[in-house]
Amino acid sequence: MESNGHEHVIEVTDLRRVYGGGFEAVSGISFSVRRGEIFALLGTNGAGKTSTVELLEGLAAPAGGRVRVLGHDPYSERAAVRPRTGVMLQEGGFPSELTVAETARMWAGCVSGARPAAEVLALVGLESKAGIRVKQLSGGQRRRLDLALALLGDPEVLFLDEPSTGLDAEGRRDTWELVSALRDGGTTVLLTTHYLEEAEHLADRLAIMHEGRIAVTGTPAEVTATQPSRISFELPEGYFVGDLPPLGELGVTGHETDGRTVRLRTRELQRSATGLLTWAERAGVELRGLDVRSASLEEAFLGIARTVSAEQAGGMTTKEYAA
Amino acid sequence: MSTTRTMSRPAPTATTALSRMTALARAELTLLGRTRGALVAALFLPLVMPVSVRSAAEEMDLAEAGLNAGTLVLPAAIGFSLLFAVYSVLVGAFVVRREELVLKRLRTGELRDVEILAGSALPAVLTGLVQCLLLAAACSVLLDLSAPSAPQLAVLGLLVGLVMCTALAAATASFTRTGESAQVTPMPLMLVSMMGSGLFVPLELLPDKVAAICELLPLTPVVTLVRGGWTGDLSASESLGALVTAVAWILLGVFAVRRWFRWEPRR
Repeated sequence: MESNGHEHVIEVTDLRRVYGGGFEAVSGISFSVRRGEIFALLGTNGAGKTSTVELLEGLAAPAGGRVRVLGHDPYSERAAVRPRTGVMLQEGGFPSELTVAETARMWAGCVSGARPAAEVLALVGLESKAGIRVKQLSGGQRRRLDLALALLGDPEVLFLDEPSTGLDAEGRRDTWELVSALRDGGTTVLLTTHYLEEAEHLADRLAIMHEGRIAVTGTPAEVTATQPSRISFELPEGYFVGDLPPLGELGVTGHETDGRTVRLRTRELQRSATGLLTWAERAGVELRGLDVRSASLEEAFLGIARTVSAEQAGGMTTKEYAA
Repeated sequence: MSTTRTMSRPAPTATTALSRMTALARAELTLLGRTRGALVAALFLPLVMPVSVRSAAEEMDLAEAGLNAGTLVLPAAIGFSLLFAVYSVLVGAFVVRREELVLKRLRTGELRDVEILAGSALPAVLTGLVQCLLLAAACSVLLDLSAPSAPQLAVLGLLVGLVMCTALAAATASFTRTGESAQVTPMPLMLVSMMGSGLFVPLELLPDKVAAICELLPLTPVVTLVRGGWTGDLSASESLGALVTAVAWILLGVFAVRRWFRWEPRR
């Protein structure tokens, strides 16, 4: 089944979504997800993640472009797609006066090949809440109920819209373990999140969305590698940036100053840090607040938001060196 | 992976439209039982209102219109049942399910749109149906109502009434934003029907011009068909006219739902 391992289960091409008022929430994005892969759409609120996922779920028709889920159009060929997908919406959607068990039973009656309701409730740790009304559940318990229902039909493709929002740290870990286990069992998962940690922890590949577009896509390592490492410190009293050794020679690609704080960007972290510390040692000064860190997904995420807003502002406040 | 999930697991038992709607209807029935306000309105009012019709009837010259207490009260009672137990309950149910994002959630699954609406409507429709049968039985016993002369017309009237009230409830829900406004938005149709569709005053006792307009109201053909079913004095063309009016309202309701029904709240 090696050939199936590379089958594209989700294919998105030039996808656009425009709302009634003319607001374009998704502005021509393309990506694909392979079978058995966890793909994360990462972005700030309003980046277009949910608008995108709703098109993949087949809740609305795109304004332009193409979506294929398991080889079918999820909107116009829903009967072919729905029995094979599971969906967890961003917000519940359960009658508040039904109990957990009644909700699960109702949903099980609408899902082909449903697993026993008790089994999926146990999977998310809600078995003791079966007799409780939905309105009495905490936010985190509701998220877990939603996840349980998404899993009822043993779906091949799982859409999770912010699955861990509202969960405490432990609940988040449990959800991550469950989603990882599903992936290991062959389920393809597309999730959205604004938690970088979640994307870093779970995703095989991810796309960072910003204002309806995909700014960068790849494995977490690939995305991280697009970003420089950082060194920041406070300039000692009486010193100026010009007193530092020539930064370009230390491999520094750019710097920013904020009061006395200096932030350096570099792609050669060891060389830059060594040069800086050697200089400090020789000059006999202490670099207060010294912080040396490798590139992270967070840097990439913030970097993208910063670049886009700087472009919009029409000017850069930072100094870049020629590479 | 040497085996994929699709290969390893047994073929799933596929759901059918009927099984999906049954599951949904069962949940909706549980919810109806837990919504006290809706339950009182649905079960109590349609049984009480006919009593006031009965007392109003004593002021009227029914014989002139070829009616008696039974053929006046029963169609009216069925009309009240359709309005209170079906139409008004369903406007509330559709709107509240939308507000709770239940409709949106249901749309992510295998249920088709029409199944969602029909399945949600089923408990109220069955309540209305059972209520109408009980009312017919009560009227025969208490008001000496004889057996219907043209039962097929009465059955037809009841069925189109149930379908129409469901369609019009979904259409009304299209223009209702919140559960609170769902208390108000059904009022126009309910009031107009009570006044003009022969629930309190038979159309035969109204001035001709007024009666002609009232015949076009949605609930009038239902009342006409049910009453005709008992009296047996409805001509074929009159029956057909009533049926055409009723079907026109159903189609109008379906059109409005397809055009304007919202599956999730405005944000």
